[in-house]
This record gives sequence, structure tokens and C-alpha cells, in this order.
Amino acid sequence: MTILLIAEHDNATLSDQTAKALSAALQIGSDVHVLVAGKGAKGAADAAAKLKGVSKVLLAEADELTERLAEPLAALVVGIADAYDTIVAPATSSGKNVAPRVAALLDVAQVSEIIEVVSPDTFKRPIYAGNAIQTVQSSDAKKVITVRTASFQAAAEGGSAPVETVQAAVNPGLSSFVENKLSETDRPELTSAKIIISGGRALGSSEKFQEVILPIADKLGAAVGASRAAVDAGYAPNDWQVGQTGKVVAPDLYIAVGISGAIQHLAGMKDSKVIVAINKDEEAPIFQVADYGLVGDLFVILPELQKAL
Amino acid sequence: MKILVPVKRVVDANVKVRVKADGSAVELANVKMAMNPFDEIAVEEAIRLKEAGKAEEIIVVSIGPQQAQETLRTALAMGADRAILVKTDEQTEPLGVAKVLKGVVEAEKPGLVILGKQAIDDDSNQTGQMLAALLGWAQGTFASKVVIDGDKAKVTREVDGGLQTVELKMPAIVTADLRLNQPRYASLPNIMKAKKKPLDEKSPADYGADVKPRLKVIKTEEPGGRKAGVKVKSVAELVDKLKNEAGVL
Repeated sequence: MTILLIAEHDNATLSDQTAKALSAALQIGSDVHVLVAGKGAKGAADAAAKLKGVSKVLLAEADELTERLAEPLAALVVGIADAYDTIVAPATSSGKNVAPRVAALLDVAQVSEIIEVVSPDTFKRPIYAGNAIQTVQSSDAKKVITVRTASFQAAAEGGSAPVETVQAAVNPGLSSFVENKLSETDRPELTSAKIIISGGRALGSSEKFQEVILPIADKLGAAVGASRAAVDAGYAPNDWQVGQTGKVVAPDLYIAVGISGAIQHLAGMKDSKVIVAINKDEEAPIFQVADYGLVGDLFVILPELQKAL
Repeated sequence: MKILVPVKRVVDANVKVRVKADGSAVELANVKMAMNPFDEIAVEEAIRLKEAGKAEEIIVVSIGPQQAQETLRTALAMGADRAILVKTDEQTEPLGVAKVLKGVVEAEKPGLVILGKQAIDDDSNQTGQMLAALLGWAQGTFASKVVIDGDKAKVTREVDGGLQTVELKMPAIVTADLRLNQPRYASLPNIMKAKKKPLDEKSPADYGADVKPRLKVIKTEEPGGRKAGVKVKSVAELVDKLKNEAGVL
């Protein structure tokens, strides 16, 4: 049973989403190959080779793989799929983009966003925004799986797998990359941060959001998140959204400020180790999942908190 | 150009679903159903493209039980021109749905297919990508902006860390994310008019598609709950607990 793990990376560095998906892959089988598809991606490939449990790294480089466009990446994966029983990708925007394309080309079903490996063909996954957990068994000869990385610990370093070069597939020439507009920040990424502080609609404006949330984030070295309500109101950018339709996170500490706790938000953060809720409405549903709740005016509490840290 | 928009009938987004006592599935009896919210965004985008003169006809299609007709009527009331119901009582999976849609695309020859990025029932996020694969077309998933320019579509995608823009060769597949647009409500006169718009009924076999499930549902359960913790009285107490009790600061 050999498994192919499609790596998440930015060519220079390997994302820790890969290390987390690797943990899931290693629960399915012990022989895991990591595919690093990109351009100038030796850095990411070398990092993958150091992950414990990886038996081989495949490095495929081509111009059209620089941004891992779905069409050439899927063609590459399908081209080498014969050697694998299971193909795994982290459920990142890139993984979610390419994995179903691979599955359909192989004529197999995909199991999306698994949170637990029950056996090599049986997995648990959330449905209805995490309001129910389904256990599903795949009857296909090959399995294509995406992994909700918040549910798995990152695999440790300490390996030294060989890096092998593989040919990119012929570019189907269907799409081309135009530009990336990525938010630039010195703060940690939401999906890998140890501490997250998130703001909700109660912040009232984008200025207030920045004024009270960001100083605490910087003091804690935390990533900044937001509820969908705050994002829809324009208080915070889209890619800060935590929730079923945004990012699913599981930090050591999650501080929810002025967030009532809609189901879709809870689905995105309820696996956090410790949850703190700060809200003026003591009936807010967020308190039902919080380890520590503080009822009061966030505009009084947050400046105090900033001083106390 | 024709635009094809597949729509799915799902449990209304405002309903809190419950798992059946026997753990076989989620309870769907007597539950309010509605169009999948991401599909509403897809229908809206198609209508806006038509209003902007980029498309002549919008066809909506749903693969599901007889009641999916209601969902198609909603799309017609919003502004779609005609509808196809591919009737099946099978529990469909994304791959089977994509195979039916491939047949519909081959019959209708749209220049663009816009789908919701995922259905809020099974949260699979697969059908658009699978359809693109089966057709050998380009895909622009998680779209927050779509610009059609001749035989190219420029799609801005919501990706981890920000936005990515790609250019797709047409015909192409686009899947709609939340911020692509704000779907309109159907007006009463349009709801009345929608009743007279054409709605064809087909079966998966008409398109030569096999929709038998590949996945077996072993069980469905409630998620493990989290217990409410304690309320603290002050910031000082909170910081103390985080440092000395939880050990996370």
C-alpha cells in the first residue's frame, strides 16, 4: 500500500499543512511518497524529505506548475497514479482545487476533509457544517482523500528521504496564472498559529477592529481572525474568516471577541485547545463552547487585557 | 452563449439538523428545504452576465427527487430561462452528478457552467472540479469575480492567504464563493411567470450516466460536544487562569 501525498508549499518553503496531512497519510499506510510540484521548488522538496515517515519525495518542475494550476497538476498526478493505492492532499484551497479533478479523471469518488482515519478505506468527515459526523467507507480501488489538517498533529522532522525528479505532464494549456494578491503580514498564518484572536460584528467598524484587536495580537504573537459577520460588514478582509466557509483552525488558544457564536463560526474553531470568549451578551452561544468566558464591554476589557499581558 | 447552472435542493441553511436516532443519516423528514446558498450565487452570476449582454440563455438543472422542481422554479423566478430536472431518488454523490452534468453539457453546449463551490449538506466541494475534469475544461474555483472577455474568462479566486486571478480558456467551469455577489430575491410577478417557463424532465439514463454511490455510509453521529467552562470576573482573573491553569500564555 503506497500513498501519494500532494504537498502544499510556495516553492521555497513547505507549508506545515503538508506535515499535518502526512500524519493522516501515515495512519492509512506506512509507505508515503510526497509530490512537490512547482518551479524552483527544491527548497520545499528538501523540507519534505526531512519529515519523519516520508519514504520518497517526487519533485516535478515546470512553468505551469509554479502556482500549481489545477489542470496541469491533475494531469501530473494522474500520470503517476498507477503506482499508488491512495492519493492524499491537505484540504487547503489548492488541495480542494485539484483533488476532485484527479478523482474524476481516475473515475473514483473523493472523500473530502477527513478528520479521522478509521481504517485504510474508512474515514470520518464532518457534514452540515460540522453538525454531524459521517463515517464513510470507499469501495473504489483507488482512494482520493483530502484532510482537514486542524484535526491532525504535524509529523515531526527527523527523516532523510531521497528526492527523485519526475517529469511534469504535457500542459493541457487550459488556464494561465495572472496574479496573486496575497495579504502581506508579519503575523503568523491562521491555520498554523498557536494563538488566534478573532473579532466579530460587535467591533462596529474596521477602524475599531484594527485599534483594539491588532495590538493584542501583536503582543501575543497571535494570528488575527474574524467572524463571517465581521467580514461581510467589511471590518476585516475575507481571508481572515474563521468558520465552515472560511478557515478551520485549532490553535492552543482561541480568543473570540464580540463573536456571538453562529454554528458556522463554531464549526471553524471548536477544536481549539482553550477557548476564551469576551462578549457583552451573557446568553451568547459562544459561551457554551468557551473554557473561560468574560461578560462585559469589549472596548473596556480589551485595553485592560492589553495592559495585563 | 448559453450558461448552464446546476442547482441542488438542500436543507435550509437556517435549520439546525439532527441526526436520526438510529445513526443512519441526518433527519430530513418535515425539514424545510431550499436552494443551496452557493448555487443561488451561481444563478445570480449567470443572470448578471446575461444582463450585461454576455449570455443569451440561462439553463438551470437539478439532479434529484421530484421535489427538486421547486428549487428549479426558484431559479426560474430569479431569472433563469428554462430548467431540466434529472430525476433520481438515488442518494447522489458528486462523481455521479458530474457524470450526469457532462451529458447535459454535451446536449446543451453551454459556453460556461457556473456551480456553487459546495453544497451545504455534504460539504464535499467536488462537483465543479469533477465536471471540469470529465469535460477536459479549465476550472476557476472559489470565484469572487468573473470577467468574460471574448473566448477567455478571468476568474479571481479566494485562496488561502488572499486572492488569485487566473485566465481560463472557454468553455470553462466556474464555482462560486460567498463574495461573488449578493443574490436577488424573486419578485412575486416573476414567481408567477416562472410557473410558465419550460421545465423538462429527464433521467440519468437519458444521459448515459451511472449515479450509483461509491461510498457507503457506515454511520452518522452528533459531533463530540464541548462543555461550557467557567465565567471569570475580571481581566486579571482571566490572565491568571490562562497562565497558571490552562498554561497557554
